[in-house]
Amino acid sequence: MRCELSKLHVHAYIDGELDAAGTANFEQHLKACVDCSSTVASADLLRSSLQQAGLYARAPLGLRSKILSTLPSPAPPAKREPSAIRWLALAAGLLLATLLGRQIFVTTARVAQKPLAVAAVDAHLRSLQPGHLTDVESSDQHTVKPWFDGRVDFAPPVRDFAAAGFPLLGGRLDVLDGRTVAALVYGRRKHIVSVFVSKLQDTGTLSGDGEVQGYHWLAWQQNGFLYCAVSDVSSADLQQLQQLLSKE
Amino acid sequence: MDVLELEERKRFEECVLPHIDAAFNLARWLLRSREDAEDVAQEAMLRAYRFFGGYRAGDARAWLLQIVRNCCYSWLQKNRTGEELTDTMEETIPDEGDSPETLAIASFDRGRLASALESLPAHFREILVLRELEGCSYKEIASITSRPIGTIMSSLARGRQQLKKALTQPKESEARRAV
Repeated sequence: MRCELSKLHVHAYIDGELDAAGTANFEQHLKACVDCSSTVASADLLRSSLQQAGLYARAPLGLRSKILSTLPSPAPPAKREPSAIRWLALAAGLLLATLLGRQIFVTTARVAQKPLAVAAVDAHLRSLQPGHLTDVESSDQHTVKPWFDGRVDFAPPVRDFAAAGFPLLGGRLDVLDGRTVAALVYGRRKHIVSVFVSKLQDTGTLSGDGEVQGYHWLAWQQNGFLYCAVSDVSSADLQQLQQLLSKE
Repeated sequence: MDVLELEERKRFEECVLPHIDAAFNLARWLLRSREDAEDVAQEAMLRAYRFFGGYRAGDARAWLLQIVRNCCYSWLQKNRTGEELTDTMEETIPDEGDSPETLAIASFDRGRLASALESLPAHFREILVLRELEGCSYKEIASITSRPIGTIMSSLARGRQQLKKALTQPKESEARRAV
């Protein structure tokens, strides 16, 4: 006869839906129950297989921009200023608003770069969803670097900084501002840092730092590359990684 | 475009648009086609944008997935009338002895896993995709599918059983697919 709990109740346990007391009770039961143990084992196997098989279907690269272009009122959204000039811009904005009535035109050059930071944070957030972190998973720079060959039209500098507390976890492709960029993934304690690397072009550059939705970003330019690091670690950590990456 | 609209659009881009992969993934598995999923995910996003005024706070992913799901079912009803949308089998699945080895071997095969998942009725497929691939809680799945939490649990139990069966008995699953 099958254990009654193995039909239904066991699934609440498998899915982490029992409270602490319920979990403890059930784990006690599991020790003695062959039916439930076997249901847990096969459900665990199914879950890890489904996740590891890469069945999660990421949206095609162009879909986001396709959607953005079809949303009504296709003007680019106004973004908040980086902190350094936020007050100045706010004051200028208020002045302009007073002068012009309803419309606010913000023309400072720094405004254009903020959406890129937002896009970088978006891309980082998306990468944190299950199965999205890396396309090539390796702590070996000699595995990650060649992986980018033919996938991007430049050779991103890939190095492991495990000794300095930033182990290389892998790399992936991402799209920022309609351009394919290389994303290097580093660990920092239990956190993840994405470093987006693209060729420096005259459009869409970014430098400085800031915070979007609680995530820090730090961008700089070096040797013809644009770097943008994004993570929920402190900005001091990001600066440390910047120094590591900047060393020749 | 006035400032209010701009604010609204910015909020949409920050709250909802980042869940584009979740939207696409659910559509892809419900429709069993990447091409159709792209169209339907796009349509769902536009619809979400139109209804965005009604969304105030809370779980933006669940809110979006609810819309995606509705769009998928409408699309299926319109375009694939033969689709098995709900679980019509009332009988309980017999408790078969587990065959861990067969299961282990089969689940290493990505193609077999994918076609086993696709062979399930949409109702089980969506719940497995939301739980195992998207990592949703029972509460989130309940709000996405408008079903009580108790039903989510029993559907997951049966969905897992059916997936296991489809994996370990590939012939039957292929026969089901051909229908």
